Amino acid sequence: MIEAKHLSKSYGGKPVVEGVSLRVEKGKMTSFIGPNGAGKSTVLSMISRLLAQDSGEVLIEGKEIGQWKSNELARKISILKQSNHINVRLTVRELVSFGRFPYSQGKLTAEDWKHVDEAIRYMDMQDMQGKYLDQLSGGQNQRAFIAMVIAQNTEYILLDEPLNNLDMKHSVQIMKVLRRLVDELGKTVVLVIHDINFASCYSDHIVALKEGKVVREGSVDEMITTEALKQIYEMDIAIQSINGNRICVYFT
Amino acid sequence: MTHKWKLGSLAAAAVALIAVFLFANMIGSFDYVFPRRVFKVLAIVMTGGAIAFATLVFQTITNNRILTPSIIGLDSLYMLLQTFVIFAFGSMSLSAELNFIFSIALMMVFVALLYRLMFKREGRNLYFLLLVGLVLGTLFGSLSTFMQVLIDPNEFMRVQDKMFASFNNIRTDLLLFAAIGLALIGLYSMRFMKFLDVLALGREQAVNLGIPYDYTVKRLLIIVALLIAISTALVGPITFLGLLVANVAHQFMKTYRHSLLIAGSMLISIIALVGGQLLVERVFTFSTTLSVIINFIGGGYFLYLLLRENRT
Repeated sequence: MIEAKHLSKSYGGKPVVEGVSLRVEKGKMTSFIGPNGAGKSTVLSMISRLLAQDSGEVLIEGKEIGQWKSNELARKISILKQSNHINVRLTVRELVSFGRFPYSQGKLTAEDWKHVDEAIRYMDMQDMQGKYLDQLSGGQNQRAFIAMVIAQNTEYILLDEPLNNLDMKHSVQIMKVLRRLVDELGKTVVLVIHDINFASCYSDHIVALKEGKVVREGSVDEMITTEALKQIYEMDIAIQSINGNRICVYFT
Repeated sequence: MTHKWKLGSLAAAAVALIAVFLFANMIGSFDYVFPRRVFKVLAIVMTGGAIAFATLVFQTITNNRILTPSIIGLDSLYMLLQTFVIFAFGSMSLSAELNFIFSIALMMVFVALLYRLMFKREGRNLYFLLLVGLVLGTLFGSLSTFMQVLIDPNEFMRVQDKMFASFNNIRTDLLLFAAIGLALIGLYSMRFMKFLDVLALGREQAVNLGIPYDYTVKRLLIIVALLIAISTALVGPITFLGLLVANVAHQFMKTYRHSLLIAGSMLISIIALVGGQLLVERVFTFSTTLSVIINFIGGGYFLYLLLRENRT
């Protein structure tokens, strides 16, 4: 379980996150939703040690995040940010193989390569695994990075807007993959997501942030209601039930 | 071409050039000429290797292929010291040994202060460090120029000698000292080598993949500064070479693996320096300096790269 207690962060005196406390249950998919600038990505960065908090603490399985050894933590929790520009020229397969670094320290064993192959297959990228990342589209790049995170094979997978740059087909594909990671492999997935309908259709638990605070959290049924969304987004959003999913109609 | 083959041919070229340098065109007593040539080659191999390694590591840490460690101002500080000594005490005042030790000590104090200032507060990023180094480097450069225009023209000639890297008057005792220093730093840096490939992916990926990022980057920056300080104190300002060889190594090796890139860039560095020194000694008979030749070839190479990129 990941537990955040009273996390706060400010940039240049301006508070971005104020006293956020939350729990991420094991084996569930948790989505962070909320308007732009609500502090979702900042919270995700703090619970993945990319960013140091000003105050508060993050506990990963009961142990403070700073107490973990970096390498052990990298086998426990992985994080993918929304922009992943790298300066090195790598093929998809080479990038994915970096996901095994916490295990192999750069000297990959047959076991490591098995994980790499599996991750590439999971993301359906076998036919482009030899291509260089700069030859691929933004969406394909995004999928390659997700494959790397899958190869890292951590219990907790944290993703910051994984659907950025992706078309509908690949968005659905990625959400299905993430769902499979949770259901089949028992992973814990936490994601920041903008499209509330994806959050509604795939998550187990939704946390809503607004102006640096958690305003509401709960199951899909509790969160995807006109009243809850009104509080989060200050919009009147009608909810339709389609094939058993709660779909938000907010376009008009 | 496989990587092994590429490294092999670079090594062969380096060895061949060194052999030509050592044995060809031997005029005069073997006992006199040969040891002097050996010391020159040793100095070249050491400083060339150190500069190539330092630049490559520096570029990997900063994720930027057009930076060289000279941006933190060590070269300028060295020149300032050389100018100041001559300005204040005259050209005959400081022995080579003292100068060497003094230069290294001053550069290390500077780097220690700079890093301490930067890393005391968390959240200061690497580029801020580079910016401060750049500003201070410019300040040192201006101070040097100020003193240079005031001193006696004969004394200025002495300063000018120091402005360009030279392998012509290597002191053997200093060479031994530098060799021990470089070897120790090399040994210490081995433990960080496996991290370099991952560091090249940027901070976030490196943290995600379990690298103690701040710890590693601080140590590597200190290693880079030490290498530069020792090489500069030994032969003069020579960081210009690093930019050239690091980029040629990337271009030639076409890989992301630092074990190969480092080996490649060190060999290219040795080839460039031995080749350049051969030209200086045997073709131009000391009428020009090594820096001029390396800069000329390096400039030409970058123009070629620019033109080629333009066409495609």
